[in-house]
Amino acid sequence: MQFLPELTLLGAGLIIFLFSLGKTDTDKMKTVAIGLGTAIFAATLISFRQEGTLFFDSYKVDLYSQVFKTLIAGAMLIVLILGRKLKDIKNAVQPEYYLFLFLSVLGLMMLVSSVELMAIFVAMELSSFAAYIMVPMRDDSGSSRFQMEAGIKYLLFGVTATGFMLFGMSYMFGLTGSTQLSIVMERLSQMYDQPAAIIAIMMVLAGFFYKLALFPFHFWVPDVYEGAANETTAFIASVPKLAAVALLIRIVSMVNGEGQVIVNILMVCAVLSMFYGNLSALIQTDIKRMLGFSGIAHAGFVLLGILTFQLSGYANALYYIIGYVVMTLACFLVICSISSKGENVQINDLSGLHKRSPLLALTLAIALFSLAGIPPFVGFMGKFMLLAGALKQGYLILVILAAINTGIAIFYYLSVVRATFCSDPDNNGRISNSLLTNATSILLLLIIVIMGVTPQPFINFATSTVQLMM
Amino acid sequence: MDQLLINPDYPHILSTLIFLPLAGGLLLLFINNEFFARYWALGITALTAIFSIPLVSAFDQTSAKFQFAEQYSWVHALNIQYVIGVDGISILLVMLTTMIMPLCVLASWSYIKTRVQAFMVCLLIMEAAMLGVFMALDFVLFYIFWEAMLIPMYLLIGIWGGPRKIYASIKFFLYTLAGSIMLLVAIIWLYKTNNYSFFIPDMMWQDYSLTAQTYLFLAFFLAFAIKVPMFPFHTWLPAAHVEAPTAGSVILASVLLKMGTYGFLRFALPITPEATTLFMPYVLWLSIAGIIYGGFTALAQQDMKKLIAYSSVGHMGFITLGIFVMNLEGMEGAILQMINHGITTGALFLCVGMIYERTHSRDLRSATGIGKYMPIYVTFLTFFSLSAFGFPGTNSFVGEFMILAGTFKYSIALALAAIPGAVLAAAYMLRMLQKIVWGGTDNPDQSWLKDLNLREIITLCPFLFFVFWIGLGPQPFVDLMHVSVASLLDQFHAHQGQALAAAQLILH
Repeated sequence: MQFLPELTLLGAGLIIFLFSLGKTDTDKMKTVAIGLGTAIFAATLISFRQEGTLFFDSYKVDLYSQVFKTLIAGAMLIVLILGRKLKDIKNAVQPEYYLFLFLSVLGLMMLVSSVELMAIFVAMELSSFAAYIMVPMRDDSGSSRFQMEAGIKYLLFGVTATGFMLFGMSYMFGLTGSTQLSIVMERLSQMYDQPAAIIAIMMVLAGFFYKLALFPFHFWVPDVYEGAANETTAFIASVPKLAAVALLIRIVSMVNGEGQVIVNILMVCAVLSMFYGNLSALIQTDIKRMLGFSGIAHAGFVLLGILTFQLSGYANALYYIIGYVVMTLACFLVICSISSKGENVQINDLSGLHKRSPLLALTLAIALFSLAGIPPFVGFMGKFMLLAGALKQGYLILVILAAINTGIAIFYYLSVVRATFCSDPDNNGRISNSLLTNATSILLLLIIVIMGVTPQPFINFATSTVQLMM
Repeated sequence: MDQLLINPDYPHILSTLIFLPLAGGLLLLFINNEFFARYWALGITALTAIFSIPLVSAFDQTSAKFQFAEQYSWVHALNIQYVIGVDGISILLVMLTTMIMPLCVLASWSYIKTRVQAFMVCLLIMEAAMLGVFMALDFVLFYIFWEAMLIPMYLLIGIWGGPRKIYASIKFFLYTLAGSIMLLVAIIWLYKTNNYSFFIPDMMWQDYSLTAQTYLFLAFFLAFAIKVPMFPFHTWLPAAHVEAPTAGSVILASVLLKMGTYGFLRFALPITPEATTLFMPYVLWLSIAGIIYGGFTALAQQDMKKLIAYSSVGHMGFITLGIFVMNLEGMEGAILQMINHGITTGALFLCVGMIYERTHSRDLRSATGIGKYMPIYVTFLTFFSLSAFGFPGTNSFVGEFMILAGTFKYSIALALAAIPGAVLAAAYMLRMLQKIVWGGTDNPDQSWLKDLNLREIITLCPFLFFVFWIGLGPQPFVDLMHVSVASLLDQFHAHQGQALAAAQLILH
């Protein structure tokens, strides 16, 4: 039971694998894939209350990990639904695409449960390598071979980040003589004044910075976002970030005592992320690239919660990343529905969307206003709580810099909303959406609004989750 | 919490006023019928206006507390509460908002031809947010309404606006938002300092250090001065006014601009009294600059909407002048003038909108000499123009007189500097009136113009009614606000502290 979600995922991967053996009925396979996604989500719900440890204490199943598994499964299900047509994936490799998707999610699920350095490494690699392969699977109809470049970049930067992480882990083992996370961190906390300990921690965190797309491990983001198929980008932009935040919180919460140097480094990373992401996003014309840069800025905001080293800060970061994933998925739902053959969407392509599909226009507008941090949506509440938490710890300058960033960010979000609502070109017909897509977009909208208007239950839940883990 | 007064007869009246238009707007999202949308919006706004009447009749004029208060815990983790209430300063603004919204719906009846139901949704959500701004007593709640209001207003300008709507709407949005970012930091700082509470009345009259007050005041000033708009921050206003549809212009002029001055009264003065004393002279002279600048630029405009927009800069300068002279006459005059400006300028924008609907031009030259063919129209226009430059017997005369009386009490030099503004107002309004009514020898052919229809007359009548009511019998309005203003000033003078001495040094 404790391992049920992972087993279901593995089984799902194998079932999809069977499709690739013969001549594929792709329509049937896509339905099966969504069915399997639902089954995985159900499995995470069933094992929600499980607790215990597996594999010689290297794998911990607790409320914290189960919450994240449920979130990951839910986000994956939405990615499956919004990208269920696989518009821009070669027909021949569609079963393999799903196989790698499930394997990548399997890695992420294992990651949130791992409490041992080697297990973390293995899970991380499993999720990353599957994702590396998904990127170049895009159909090469334009023969620009853009997706190949993206795939190579994703791989090279990923391997570099992993190298950092592995190197840091070797330091940790050398300093403490253990690979158990709890023991490592406890022993490390006695030597924070030593540069080796700080370097070790920062290098391990670098691996997660890469997944979260945080400065200075963000370089892959724009090209991969643009080069990968829309469905793949939707996946990369949302699900891995959940797991990365889970592990960041798990590791940082064990850093106790006087970690001032680490706080300072995190602060610099957060501020640089925000400025780099927001300023670069200002001039983008491709909406996926823009969302990529905005994702870098949002990663900086998440860090704002983590670097407080407070329970409430972790809870805020958790709340914020959930909100971020929902908002991003809502944006990608619109992108995937708009691009008729899976091509990239330019911001100008959105003009007149309110006529072509009012619901999609509303979804996009609310998601973007929320990303920009305008009340009463979840993005505002999240940012507000992060800022309040950081100021509570006395980081006034940091809060002011972050507030300035929300101001910068407004501009590019608004320019998309402007294209969506305020222009009336006469080309382009209506976009007819299936019931499933409409239902999903309404669901995402409701989550954005409800989490923003009544944050209390969500914050309580996030707090108690993190508290149980600590 | 003893600053709140719960009125048992009307326990949920304020919440009703906020949530009725909100619910009406959200329901309208699901209805796809233009004809129905107009009546629905009119019904909801009229109902809100009717529900707001007991506010005045049951208001306790002898108390400076926040009345009709409601208080619920909202986000416990951060101690954010849902607290609303009105006092003598905000009640008039609440009434102004509820009364003006049905008229805005009427004014858009035939003006808006595309996406009617979306327009009405924006209007209704806008009303809810505006009322929320004036009622909120929790700083986060205030900020949420303050920011949320930008979305419908942005859409109103950006979708139904004129040719340069994109530029105007983005400028409006960015300007306002950029201004309020530091307000957010100030809010969080106050929260931390005030024992982790966002309750606004508890933040007032605390002994923050002068340095802290200075920074807080600057944050407040940036947010509110942009909203007012005060002189160097006014450039978004003409663009937004000119491009917005009529109803949008009316809402902007009548209600949105008042939020800046309301912010000064509600936050800057009570929370940072010492810093206010310190910065008072600069704000006052900025007001004078606004008055003169607004007057001269209005005099040079050919675009009627731009003319009224720049006249707003001048009028708002009078209001900030009245607030920052810090005496009873000035402040009461300023609050009264906030209402007056809402009535008069709102009505003038409606008048311009009516011409625009007929000629599709806002150019003064294409609207010359229509007095002969639209007698009812020019009658209304004349009264509103007279009111705009403070002709005795009209509402603005009372307000401006009180403000100038207060200014004379404070400093004769300042008052003398403000006088040319009043003269300029007469000049530009009469110039516009003369051209529209009579024009010259080369008037375009206007004989095809139809005079106002019944709907338009009904829209304008309430404005005219209030122009004369406040002009001839302002006492009831002053009574409503008197106790609140007096207590604000008492407290203010008690908390000026040593900053007063420093300010005197700078002045003399």
